[in-house]
Order: sequence, then C-alpha cells, then structure tokens
Amino acid sequence: MRPSPARWLNILVPVKRAVDYAVKIRVNPQQTGVDMNVKHSMNPFDEIAIEEAVRIRERLPKGSEPLTITALTIGPPKSVETLRTALAMGADNAIHVEIPESAPAPEPLGVAKAIRAIIDKQKEKENVDMVILGKQAIDDDLGQTGQMLAGLLGWGQATYASKVELDLEQRNAVVTREIDGGLEQVRVRFPMIVTTDLRLNEPRYASLPNIMKAKKKPVTKLTPADLGVSFEPQMEVLKVTEPPKRVGGAKVDSVDELVEKLKAAGFTAV
Amino acid sequence: MSRLWHWSRRCSLIFSRHNSTLSSRLSSITDADALHFAKILSSPTSVLSTLPSISTPPEELDIYNNDWMGKYRGKATTVLKPKTTQEVSEIVKWCNDRRIGIVPQGGNTGLVGGSVPLRDEVILSLSNMTQVRSFDPVSGILVADAGCILQSLTDYVAPHNHIMPLDLGAKGSCQIGGNVSTNAGGLRLLRYGSLHGSVLGLEVVLPDGTILDQLNTLRKDNTGYDLKQLFIGAEGTLGIITGVSILTPPAPQASNNVILALPRFENVLPLYKTVKRQLSEILSAFEFIDRTAYDLAVKHGQGRALSEEEVEGAECFVLVETSGGRREHDEEKLNDLLESLLEADEPLINTGVLAQNPAQFSSLWALREGVTEAVSKEGKAYKYDISVPLSTFKECVDRTREQLRSKGLLNEDQVKAVIGYGHVGDGNLHLNVIAKAYTPEIQNALEPFVYELVASHRGSVSAEHGIGAMKTHALHYSKDETSIAWMRKIKAIFDPNGIMNPGKVLE
Repeated sequence: MRPSPARWLNILVPVKRAVDYAVKIRVNPQQTGVDMNVKHSMNPFDEIAIEEAVRIRERLPKGSEPLTITALTIGPPKSVETLRTALAMGADNAIHVEIPESAPAPEPLGVAKAIRAIIDKQKEKENVDMVILGKQAIDDDLGQTGQMLAGLLGWGQATYASKVELDLEQRNAVVTREIDGGLEQVRVRFPMIVTTDLRLNEPRYASLPNIMKAKKKPVTKLTPADLGVSFEPQMEVLKVTEPPKRVGGAKVDSVDELVEKLKAAGFTAV
Repeated sequence: MSRLWHWSRRCSLIFSRHNSTLSSRLSSITDADALHFAKILSSPTSVLSTLPSISTPPEELDIYNNDWMGKYRGKATTVLKPKTTQEVSEIVKWCNDRRIGIVPQGGNTGLVGGSVPLRDEVILSLSNMTQVRSFDPVSGILVADAGCILQSLTDYVAPHNHIMPLDLGAKGSCQIGGNVSTNAGGLRLLRYGSLHGSVLGLEVVLPDGTILDQLNTLRKDNTGYDLKQLFIGAEGTLGIITGVSILTPPAPQASNNVILALPRFENVLPLYKTVKRQLSEILSAFEFIDRTAYDLAVKHGQGRALSEEEVEGAECFVLVETSGGRREHDEEKLNDLLESLLEADEPLINTGVLAQNPAQFSSLWALREGVTEAVSKEGKAYKYDISVPLSTFKECVDRTREQLRSKGLLNEDQVKAVIGYGHVGDGNLHLNVIAKAYTPEIQNALEPFVYELVASHRGSVSAEHGIGAMKTHALHYSKDETSIAWMRKIKAIFDPNGIMNPGKVLE
C-alpha cells in the first residue's frame, strides 16, 4: 500500500558532464569542435539544480515523509564522477545511462526522450513528482531539454527559475521566473518541470563526510537499449570558429603622431 | 685576542657611523637634474616630477610615494620610469656622481616600507621594463625584464604547460624584479623552494652605474663566487635588478585542494605530519588560518564561505593543496588521507570540504589569499611576519592579544583584532594586529614585545617580508653583531656613497 501521495516527493535531477567553465577553450584544427582534452565538471546550472533539490528537502517541515533525490546522467564511463559529486552534495541515488566514449554528445531531444523513458520505468515503483534541470548546458548553450521534456510528458513547466516555493498540501509550486521584463510568478501543479537560472541559489561545497557517504550510495547503470531510445544525432555541426581577435590599441606620444596615425587609417579632416 | 675584538668593534662602529652620517650627506634632486633625466630618457612619460621644469601634478606621484598599506609615505619629487637597462645605468651613474639617493620600485606591494622613499630620494620605477626576453619550453628557463608583473609571467608560460615557481596574493601587481630583490616566499615555497634556488641569473645595475650581466640560463655553473645570491633578498640596497633568469617548473596535470576544520590548534602539528606522510610528493601547500582570520575573509567577501555546520566548533582551518602528474593517482591518495582522518579513533579534524571543480578550487584558495585584503579593509594592520616553531604559533597570537589587553588597547576604537595565519609548512606565521588607526601607543605596546617574543623562540623577525624601513632596528633580534658588521662591509663595497635605497635593511 503506497503512502498517501500528499507526503511523498520524488525529485529527478538530470546532470551533464561538460567542459569546466574556467577552462580556456581552443577550437580544434579541423574546426569541427573544441579541444575536449581538458578539465570537465558538472554543468554549473545542474549544480544549482542539485542544490535546489537538497534545499527543498532541508526546507520540508519536520516529520514529513522523506524526499528522494535521484541524479541522472547520460554520458561516457567518466560521467560517473559527476554523479558522485551529485551524491556528495546530497542526492540519494543515481542513474548512469552509459554511452560509448567515442559517441557524439547526445542532443536535447534524445536526452528528453531518455528521461521520459526513465520516468516511465520508475512508474512501476513510484512516480516522479518534479524534474529539476539546468536551464542550459554551458558547452552547447542549447537550453531546450527542459522544455522538450515538458512537451513530451505533457507536464507543466517553469523555466529560468530564480525562486521555487512548494505547497505540499496543494501539490503545486509557485516559481519566480527571470524574464526580459523582470520577474514573473507562475503556479504549476505536480508533476512539473523546473529549469534553474543563476540566481536560484549558490551550490554548496561537498563536505568530507558527505563525500565518504556518497561512495556507498547506489548507482544504477543502464544502456540506451534498456530504455528503448537512440541518441542518433539529428544535427550536424558544420563549422566551429573562434570569434575575431580583438586588436589592441596603441599609445601615441604626441598630437602629431595621433594625426599621422589617423591619416594612415583613412580618416580625413572634415 | 682582546685587541682584535677592540679593532673589529671600532671598525663596525666606524661603518655604522659612516652609513648614518652618509645618508645625511645625500643631495636632493634639483631642477637641473630633472631636466637632464628628461633629456636622457627616451619617452616624456618616463619622467614625473613636481619640479618646475616638468611640473607634474603632485597627486600623480602619490601612488609611488605611498606604500600599499598606507603606512609609509615618501616625499619624492621625482619618479623616473626608464625603458631599458642602459637608461637605468645612466640614471644611476648620474645619481652616484651627484650623491642623489635612489629608491628602486617594482609593484610597490611590499609590506615593510622598503619600496617608498624615507625622504625625497628619487624613485626609479621598473614598471616600463616589461619585456619577456626569452623562454625555452624544454628547460622551462624564462628570461624577463624586472618590471614584468608576476601574473603576466604566469600567463605567459601557461600555454607551454609551465608555472612560475612562486605565487603570492599580490601576484596581479608585484613585479619579478621586486620578488627577487625581496626573496619573496609565498604559497608555493613548500613545493618549489626559495628564489635562491630557482633564480639562475641576474642582470643588475650596480650603484656606480656599471651593468653586471650575469643573466645566464645555465642550470649549473660553479665558476667563482655566486654574486647573484647577494642581490636576491638585498631589497635594492646593493644594486637595481633589471633582468631575471628563472627556472619555471612544469605545470601540474592535476591540482586539488581541501579546507579542513580543526577543533583545536594543537592538532595542526600532528595533522601536518600525517598529511606530509600520506600525500608525500604531491603535497604542494599547507596553509593555516585561525578562526578570526577566516571570519574576516568571509566578512569582506573574499571567497565563498563554508556552511554553518561545517565551521561550528572550529578553532582554525588548514588548506591543503596537492599537485601531481596524474589525476586518478592524486585523488586516490587524497581520498585515502581524508578517509583515514575522518575515521580515526581520535579524529584530528571536525570536517572539511573538498573542491569539486576549478571554480571551487579557486574559491577555497581565495579564502586564504584574501585574508590580507580583508585585513586592509577591516582596519590598519601591524604586520609581523615571523618564523617560529610551529608549536608556538597559537601562543604567539594569544600572548600578543593579552599584551594589548593588559595595556587597555583591545577595543573597537583601538585594536579591533589580533589574528594569525600563514605557511605552516615553512614555519612562517603572519601575525596581524588590526587597529582602527596607526598610533604610537599601539606601536609601543607591540614593539619590542613581539620581537622579544620571537627572539625568545630563536625565531626570525622577518620570515619573508624583508626588513625594509620597518625592521632596521630589529635586525639584531635575529642576526648577531658579527653578521651585521659584515653586511655593512659588503654594503660599503658596493655602495660607498650610500645612494641605493638609503635607510633600508641596515640603519
């Protein structure tokens, strides 16, 4: 007999292993992409997503039924480190959909379909009430996965969230969204999608005791075949180039020199 | 025997009188001198002077005349910014002939008043000499002008996968010439050693204008006396460094850091032993900050704070950094260490946080590196950079605080806080007394108290900051009479007219 729905909450947080934002990226000689042989870490917006899920748990009134946070990633074997970070920050368990090292990075539609498949699979045990995603990944800046997932599932969505307030009794949430004109508040019923914006929270450092505990938390491995999805790319990258280099200015020692330089550059007196 | 003793005493007395009367025999720079400099220096921006022929607005000289802490203020009328070693040489020769005092200046980030004039000496700034002369990516040997900013050199060698052998909080402003002249230590000394080892050669302009070119790029060269060692740490009193040849180590492939919260200061020493043993060759920094220093850094927004839970009950914090060739290997060692620390029967630590990505790595470092800036924002700092046995760190901070309390000076209007932080691995404590304002009362309560405290532990009154103008009178607490006498003799040989950074290092 399942516990009464008003007291359970299952949050799914998909996270992506992306090039670390502090890395100086270089375009590869073939101009098909960037040098990937650099430090990777969890997409910063996904860190914010995990942090928000943990904070939601911390804000629950005492005596509430426990909330389960599941972290999920789709990527090569190395992506499991990103899951360990999520577990160290407070996620309870993790799912790793493993794809080969050489495979191209999954696209948002493929990712959304995989997440839907996982949610469907989980229905056998318990429902997912909320999926919190980063608004975009900093490597491709596409910003589509959350919205596509909401479309596929037919769930309500609150994107670019800068504040999330849950109402467990009513089974909905009031989300403050960052939009061009300022801030907008929407109320969305469970189950729902939230995508995080920068100002939602500041992710915590992973504390040592949690890092140790994280090693013992379960990570389930799945393949695309297990989910019945394919990550066949729909888009082809034609070219990647650096933005034009900024030319430096020069100091001149006298007004005459300035006039000469202006003339040489083609400016004439009016 | 006693005759020899009397003779050497007379000599040292003569030399000491020699130097102190000499400094009053120095001439002030005149308008004619300023005109001469304007002629010999290639660019008009190389001469700033409030003297009539140049008429620079006085405010423009403030950043050169005032030190970083706002504690020392010089009265120079003229700042010269030569662009080449030849120009430096000509300036120095002229000043030597005219008996004009010179203060060599780099980034002006020194903390002992060594980089600003005591009176109206000419400031010779190396800021316009910023060329990297050469870099060999195979050996890692870098040759650069003395005015190159440390951060620029770090950025220059980074694409070649090398790093500078030293790193300090002032890296965005300090210049390599100044680093070498003060034998700067910093955060990496534990791993890469001091500049006495990593500097391979120097180009120095001597006090008579001669250019001493020892700018070789040889790793090994045992041919005669190693003169460059005299200039490293001489704080510009024996000559002006214009070029530096330095060995840059390969950049680590993997860096990690962790901040550990300790319940009691007494755990620092056993923790250090454990960390050294388990991390061995990958340990690259072991820094200590006491609770007050941490709170200050957080208060002034220097880095992201740890959570309330994590800092509860912590008396002090330790930042451990590892740098190695292989990420997996380093992480394994680090994880084993952290597990053993947490699971010990009597844990040395309460808890800690481990950086998960480069952004957190920088943020954790910022908590330590930002203490100096936080101190400046909090008030006026009396800084005592001392080498004492590790086991006495807390005692030195506590006793200094007690001293101020007993004199009734420990309150919001006088001394706001006494903190300690520093390079545990090198036995170097930065004792900071933060006051609302610099006053003679506070100064007298602190000195000679702190120096005597250090001497009682046979420590150094200046581990890495140098002597400058601040500690000339305190030199005898850490060096005996014979040593000081010989230092004076060497100074007299190089600089008989006493023009080079007068009043600094030696009284």
